[in-house]
Amino acid sequence: MKNERNKFTKGKIINIVIAVLIYILIMAALNGGMLSRQMSSLLVPICVNVMLAVSLNLITGFLGELTLGHAGFMSIGAYAGSLLTIYLDLPMYVEFIIAILVGGAVAAFFGFLIGVPVLRLRGDYLAIVTLAFGEIIKSVINVIKITNGAKGLNDIPSYSTFRNFTIVYILVILTIILIVNLVNSRHGRAIRSIRDNYIAAESVGIPVSKFKVMAFVISAFFAGVAGVVYAHNVGIIKPTTFDYNKSIEILVIVVLGGMGNIRGSIIAATILTLLPEMLRGADNLRMLIYAIVLIAMMLFNGSGAKERLISSKYFPKFLKRQKGVE
Amino acid sequence: MALLEVTNLGISFGGLRAVDNFNIKIEKGQLYGLIGPNGAGKTTIFNLLTGVYQPTDGTIALDGEVLNGKSPAQICQSGISRTFQNIRLFHEMTVLDNVKAALHNQMTYSLADTFFRLPKYRKKEDEMNRKAVEILKVFDLDSHADHLAANLPYGKQRKLEIARALATNPKLLLLDEPAAGMNPNETAELMDTIKLIRDQFDITVLLIEHDMKLVSGICEYLTVLNFGTELASGTPNVVLNNPVVITAYLGE
Repeated sequence: MKNERNKFTKGKIINIVIAVLIYILIMAALNGGMLSRQMSSLLVPICVNVMLAVSLNLITGFLGELTLGHAGFMSIGAYAGSLLTIYLDLPMYVEFIIAILVGGAVAAFFGFLIGVPVLRLRGDYLAIVTLAFGEIIKSVINVIKITNGAKGLNDIPSYSTFRNFTIVYILVILTIILIVNLVNSRHGRAIRSIRDNYIAAESVGIPVSKFKVMAFVISAFFAGVAGVVYAHNVGIIKPTTFDYNKSIEILVIVVLGGMGNIRGSIIAATILTLLPEMLRGADNLRMLIYAIVLIAMMLFNGSGAKERLISSKYFPKFLKRQKGVE
Repeated sequence: MALLEVTNLGISFGGLRAVDNFNIKIEKGQLYGLIGPNGAGKTTIFNLLTGVYQPTDGTIALDGEVLNGKSPAQICQSGISRTFQNIRLFHEMTVLDNVKAALHNQMTYSLADTFFRLPKYRKKEDEMNRKAVEILKVFDLDSHADHLAANLPYGKQRKLEIARALATNPKLLLLDEPAAGMNPNETAELMDTIKLIRDQFDITVLLIEHDMKLVSGICEYLTVLNFGTELASGTPNVVLNNPVVITAYLGE
């Protein structure tokens, strides 16, 4: 057991080093003007997608339930947070932090509401219910007054653009750390055991219902936070932004990165956010190439070629050990 | 007072009476066998005892505490733990994590400890690791602690399931066909292990088994079930030579 603990702390240090290195690289590139306007405007969307993917992974990867309503949680967070910053008049950071917390909390509350039917449904049935939930949220936001209906919210202060990349980066790292901490704990074990065999989980005394709802609430919280960051980056939000295409997009990231693989989610989120923008030059063929790349990545993931590549001696060692944090 | 007292237990699925008027009394420390032909209702009784099914009538009492109406998780906390006929491990988790998942209710810390890695988290996790390895050692599985449960050979998966059930610190351990699919050597080894855990962990064992060598070898008392009702009860010698049991189950 000593051994495991050493390994654990060693992996932790490597993760921290990687996280810091990436931060320094990005900041240097930003300040040195090495990033084009297009690239720097992609930084925050990448972060948002990482947060969404990592939080969705908690439900699909670790709890083992399929949900198609993640954009719903995101929209609730986005609207709750934006309404706060629009109507509050406080110093920027105070206001933003309150918005983050409130956005997350409101989304978490809805996560609790949707978590209750989850107790009765599994698999494809649950997927349909969460899909409907996402659409209901969209429709409600579309008609009520405070959210300004279909026109959406306009004057959202730009608190989380790439100029404030530090705070966004901190939020991403926090999200990852908290979710990883959760997964590797007593609570995370309970959640994973439900995925593997819920009958056996019950038989060893794990209250299955409680942990299912808990996973939904926590996942929704971080999706809400991602929504707040998203809203304060683009400045305009409309109900149609958060339709089920968005949910599918996040699900694709999670599946591509590997169910229950946080590192994979992070990498996939980065690639799949960059890819469509990189392909802008290809014009008409853009979506076709995007789809082909998706298929190719999936085939690669499921093939022995990946294992052979990783275990070959030409594969750089430091990449093998890269773990956890972006 | 007996550790487990089941009186007049019965359950119907629609028009099918799966278990009817079933009575059993198990004393503390006993090794009790439940045998009978396929479809007799043995596993149904296990499911009733562990709360997977709610009985249509009758009562189940463990150490004087009535268990009717409790959920499987609550019954586990009251002190009944089980293994399954078709192995149900947490396949995508390590062997160590399988056992640690079963320690869920014994070594607890809060969500705040989890999220922020407070000192209590480290302390309790260390405690869990120690306890889990201790249990794995009994089953000779400690060298596999870091392997995925799915990658264990069949015999070891069976053992791991028993180890996991033991980790919940039960008063009564239910084993559903522990020797199914094992060769004679493995079965002999399993018999020793069952005796060992009974003595070392001070546990009462109720087991379902079709392997008569195992049953007559370790069980101190037997109940034979046929068509959901009790056919005979008594010490193995008496029961296994009972002509009624021979016709219904063992064969001439």
